[in-house]
Amino acid sequence: MTVEDQIDRFPVGMRVLAVDDDPTCLKVLENLLRKCQYHVTTTNQAIEALRMLRENRNKFDLVISDVNMPDMDGFKLLELVGLEMDLPVIMLSGHSDTKLVMKGVTHGAVDYLLKPVRIEELKNIWQHVVRKKNFDPRDQNKASNDKRGPNNAEEGNQSIMSDDGGDQNKNLGKKRKDQTEEEEDDGEGNGEDNDDPSSQKKPRVVWSVELHRKFVAAVNQLGLDKAVPKKILDLMNVEGLTRENVASHLQKYRLYLKKATQQASMVAALGSTDSYLRMGSIDGYAEFCTPTGSGRISSNALQSYASSGIFGRLNSPASLSMRSISSSTLIQPPVQPPNLNSTLSPLGNIQASIFPANQTPGLLHGIPTSIELNQSKQNCTTGITQVNQVSCSGFTAASGFRDSRHTVGTASNSLPSAASSNSLMLQGNSQQTHNLGAFRNQPPVRPASFGTDSFDVGICGPSNMLDYNRCNENWQNAAQLSKFPAHPLPLCEPFNNDPLPSTGISVTNTNTHIGHSPVDYSSRVAISIPLEDTGNELQRQEGLIGNILQSSSYTTPSQRWEEHKLEYSQNLSRPFNSVNSEVSLSRVTSSLGHNVNQKNATCSNSVDASFVAQLSGAPPSITRCTNDDTTLKSNDAYILEQMKSQDGFIQNNFGTLDDIMVPIVKREQNESTFLDGEMGFEAYPVGSCI
Amino acid sequence: MDGMVPLQKQILDYTASLFQEGYLDDQFNQLQELQDESNPDFVVEVVTLFFEDADRLLNELSKALVQESIDFRRLDAHVHQLKGSSSSIGAQRVQRVCISFRNCCQEQNIEGCLKSLQQVKHEYSLVKTKLETLFQMEEQLVAGRG
Repeated sequence: MTVEDQIDRFPVGMRVLAVDDDPTCLKVLENLLRKCQYHVTTTNQAIEALRMLRENRNKFDLVISDVNMPDMDGFKLLELVGLEMDLPVIMLSGHSDTKLVMKGVTHGAVDYLLKPVRIEELKNIWQHVVRKKNFDPRDQNKASNDKRGPNNAEEGNQSIMSDDGGDQNKNLGKKRKDQTEEEEDDGEGNGEDNDDPSSQKKPRVVWSVELHRKFVAAVNQLGLDKAVPKKILDLMNVEGLTRENVASHLQKYRLYLKKATQQASMVAALGSTDSYLRMGSIDGYAEFCTPTGSGRISSNALQSYASSGIFGRLNSPASLSMRSISSSTLIQPPVQPPNLNSTLSPLGNIQASIFPANQTPGLLHGIPTSIELNQSKQNCTTGITQVNQVSCSGFTAASGFRDSRHTVGTASNSLPSAASSNSLMLQGNSQQTHNLGAFRNQPPVRPASFGTDSFDVGICGPSNMLDYNRCNENWQNAAQLSKFPAHPLPLCEPFNNDPLPSTGISVTNTNTHIGHSPVDYSSRVAISIPLEDTGNELQRQEGLIGNILQSSSYTTPSQRWEEHKLEYSQNLSRPFNSVNSEVSLSRVTSSLGHNVNQKNATCSNSVDASFVAQLSGAPPSITRCTNDDTTLKSNDAYILEQMKSQDGFIQNNFGTLDDIMVPIVKREQNESTFLDGEMGFEAYPVGSCI
Repeated sequence: MDGMVPLQKQILDYTASLFQEGYLDDQFNQLQELQDESNPDFVVEVVTLFFEDADRLLNELSKALVQESIDFRRLDAHVHQLKGSSSSIGAQRVQRVCISFRNCCQEQNIEGCLKSLQQVKHEYSLVKTKLETLFQMEEQLVAGRG
């Protein structure tokens, strides 16, 4: 029978590959399938099955595989088939354990059958092939894209299609993305809702920081171009997550990245504080989202930042730092650092989404850069960047993003007015810290949340975007970023605030969930700036913030920091120094971010102070922001605010951070001189935000 | 051919009794339905495969249970497979015993496992005998029909 014949007579002649180590079952299955008039190939080894599939993907329409096999786990085979060949796979098992079924579903199985298999069940398995084909735009067979009907709205279709198709979907998705860009705002909501036009509405998925991080990691691993929802889903291996969810999230993420890039450029142009923040946030976020391999972004981001001259801008109002970072970070393509993925992703996504929504692209932009900074922790920074973005008023605008964004933005807004952009950062963080998870709903996370997340500022932004939940995670990671000094932006990782001390940013770690991301962001941002070299995570995180700041003030504050902050400050300072001019701003921001993370806000303060100082060109004192340093003043204020807020937050939440930060803070305080002048943070609105 | 009627009837009755006694379940019917002109010996083939597989598994199980340190996971995996294949051909009682066997494995109850193994072996030999009888009768029928 020719292929055409088979197709014409479908489902008759459908080519099935059956895999089961049990010969009895295999034989029975084979005959049952033959009875259904399918064309059957059998093997009792999964490895052999894979070989056959790889040899010619088009030789089969459907795969049925047993779960328990000696040579390879059935789920693993399922994953591989889904990733490599994107064929529908049906799981077969003697177990009806819910957990197993769930696992099958989350790994992408189109169905789960129980042994003994009855012929009635096999008679309908062809539907899975049709369904897949329909969704696949590529499919010549009737594609039922129309079947799905326009209801899905592009997004829905996109997601669906992307799920099914691999490349095709991607293209389609991309197309959709463009199409829906304008709809981005709506998209957010639509994405999820419309994702599955055919099936019932699924409950809205909250893209927590952790989830987003995984997402970003998956996307990075696959490569943004090749990232299709199905594969991402498989890599993420999250129960309960559907392809549609991933698809819609991916769409947003892409948009976010796009915006981030745009933002970055915008930021550069803007040079205004607000924009910075935004940019930073955006960037951070973007970076975030793309977790460009964490490392990538940072270096790139940083460089981009620096180059973009955003840094220069950074010097201007504190916000600058963030922003500049963002811009640079934005530059980073969604490279999604693996690290970032997890945390950043959410942020990134948010940012992406935010961007569309946010008007304040600037902020976000800045943030994205930070994201990049961290490469590893990038995620963390993203949080920060996000925050920035969020803070950016525009952010809030980003209606697209979950509410969280708004919050972020709001948070930032609430943050010191002085800081302007900075506050955003802080705000973001604060928000982030809080909610990260709650992002959506969370009102400007503000620094308050920072306590733990002190990062929130930075993070907030992103977190908002993300689902906040994610942000939290991200923040935490971000926070970790601050911790960097010790490790590579832990931001991405859920900060648990432990090591925060090192980096002011650790803020995120501290409590925040947000910390993760935010921290990352901040670090990222800052880090992206020259920090990259240091590789310190912190730098990344801080890089974002600090980077900007660093350049100028950082050096000073960093000194302090280093001591306490441990690596963080060092990182910060280091990177910052390099960045110096530009960085200073970033540093400030980063410091802010840091601060956020660490309760030690003091540290952050100092950082901020330094940043601020740098930013404003004034003595780093800003970085010193140590809690009391609000001196950060507007420019620094932002940072300071963050710091302050962070302090506030941090102190609150970070139990651990306090310890860490305290010494740092102390130092900072000594140096508070910095801040006094510069910092002027408006008293951390951040704090208030928080 | 008339001479075969009694045999035919005998076969039917015998099969019915196996169902009634729970040795076989509906899955066996499905197997029989799958058998047709293009696949005349399907049932025998499958059941033979089952016998071979079961023998092997029971052997593995026996060996595993006399080990000094029993690997329950492996034990469980074997039992699971036996359960799967017995359910595929409709050997209901064997399948049932396998389920309780698995419980013992999960509880790491050695005594229980040993007992279950005995039960499984017992049920298996029973159903094997009966099916072999059935097949012989069918062979006679086919042979008788020429």
